[in-house]
Amino acid sequence: MTQAAVRDPYAGLASAQVAAWYGLSTAGVRPRLGAYTKQLWSYRHFIGAFASAKLALIYANARLGHLWQVLTPLVNAGVYFLLFGVVLNTRDKIDNFVAFLCIGVFIFGFTQSVAIAGVKSISSNMAMIRSISFPRASLPIAAVLTALRQMFASIVVMLVIVFVTGEQFNTRWLLVAPVLLLQAFFSAGLAMALARLGAAASDLGQLMPFVMRTWMYASGVFYSAQTFAEHIPRFLAVLLQLNPMLVYIELVRGCLLAVPPPGLPPLALWPLGVGWALVVGIGGYVFFWRGEEKYGRG
Amino acid sequence: MAEPVETYPRPATTSTLPIPTVIVDDVHVVYRVTSSGGRSKSPAMALRNLARLSRTKVRQVHAVKGVTLSTYQGQAIGLLGSNGSGKSTLLRVMAGLLPATRGVIYSKEQPTLLGVNAALQNDLSGERNVILGCLAMGMSRDEAYERCTEIIEFSGIDERGDFSSLPMRTYSSGMAARLRFALASAKQHEVLLIDEALSTGDAHFRRRAEERMRELRKAAGTVVLVSHATDSIRETCDRAIWLESGLIRMDGPTDEVVTAYEKFMKEK
Repeated sequence: MTQAAVRDPYAGLASAQVAAWYGLSTAGVRPRLGAYTKQLWSYRHFIGAFASAKLALIYANARLGHLWQVLTPLVNAGVYFLLFGVVLNTRDKIDNFVAFLCIGVFIFGFTQSVAIAGVKSISSNMAMIRSISFPRASLPIAAVLTALRQMFASIVVMLVIVFVTGEQFNTRWLLVAPVLLLQAFFSAGLAMALARLGAAASDLGQLMPFVMRTWMYASGVFYSAQTFAEHIPRFLAVLLQLNPMLVYIELVRGCLLAVPPPGLPPLALWPLGVGWALVVGIGGYVFFWRGEEKYGRG
Repeated sequence: MAEPVETYPRPATTSTLPIPTVIVDDVHVVYRVTSSGGRSKSPAMALRNLARLSRTKVRQVHAVKGVTLSTYQGQAIGLLGSNGSGKSTLLRVMAGLLPATRGVIYSKEQPTLLGVNAALQNDLSGERNVILGCLAMGMSRDEAYERCTEIIEFSGIDERGDFSSLPMRTYSSGMAARLRFALASAKQHEVLLIDEALSTGDAHFRRRAEERMRELRKAAGTVVLVSHATDSIRETCDRAIWLESGLIRMDGPTDEVVTAYEKFMKEK
């Protein structure tokens, strides 16, 4: 009671002066990049727990449950096989079309699910953002982890399909792991960049399916990238060769298929893959961080 | 923004004064509302709204009109005021969730706002929500698992069967509010802002919550409580602030302020 009776013990003083005495600072100031990264690291258990919680929720209402992690890409690959392999017959020039197609569908599917989850990662967790302060990058990163765990099952299925369709196991197969790591890094940056854009413009979520589909058609999922060269101007075809998704898909194909599809040689693909992972991974993180104080406000 | 002030070291004479936790300096909040209003219900309407957007007047709602106040360590402050007086807006600004249009807010750590519609994941079990919430508030993993049982016990959601393992959407609104309060108050906050969170709990829980708030204050925290229930403010708070039309009408000992407020509401 005694304290309440003191109306304003600091009357006549500038509030900034009093604040400075007691180490108070203005709210809503973004931490520096280094401090932010450190803070993010200390929230790693939260990120992990959030990712597994989301994973548990995805198929919570489906009877087949997590079997869908494998079934979805399989059914997808089946549909595309019918359409492109049988009806349109783009398989002519490709040695092992089934393996070729599955690698494309599964690898692209990972980045696609990360991108779609990333766009919504801020806007769908608004209530949480508005009640607890934590580094917001936790949310898109958790979305990447959820997709990554979903991918493990489909990668196993992919390897089985590749093996069953006649490819021989060799040490080159082990190189798939670093490719996936690069791709995960690239996708994480993409998710963070999209998360910031999606937080600012919620209409982006409606647009994503079209963007992703266009990107898929430009990534040589169903047909050899060489097909482009025959139909579009040369400089465009060269530009398309740099498409990060095409790069990652071609890298995995190069590791797993005895007769990799014609295209850029591995010596050009690896630096491209590393470059994209670094540029988009770090760029996306910095871009997201620059909007940190604005998420959930207004 | 505040003009830069040349600071000098704190004089020794201030050592007996209460220690401020949040300083709100002449804060204004203006909401901008496009008056074409209402969500479009059909594509044609949406298109019309879009075409009209440039012509529509943007209306301004001045919700908080220059509030200056300081909160101190160990205080429990009741925030009173009729509907639409700007109480909730003020809390949201203090918690850093809404930018102030003008004025500055100083605080040591970001105040935590505990609201009725604050956030848990409805499809997850209560237990999992508690773990997630603890981690999100910055607890370590061991600490989170350690506190989990205690939090669920305090919330009392398991009093009628094993609800903590069921998804939150199966909870009654009172149960969810109790769990949120239990979760938010499990951590020692320097400043805890509570927006009508206790109004949904039953009398039994309210008593426990009031007890918990006293503990928080003893640990040198500040609690700000928004409530229309003047009784609960009388019981828990030692200072009350009466907000009317975005301005502070009265700030002082609970008894004085609550009595004046009750008189005002009766005459209205």
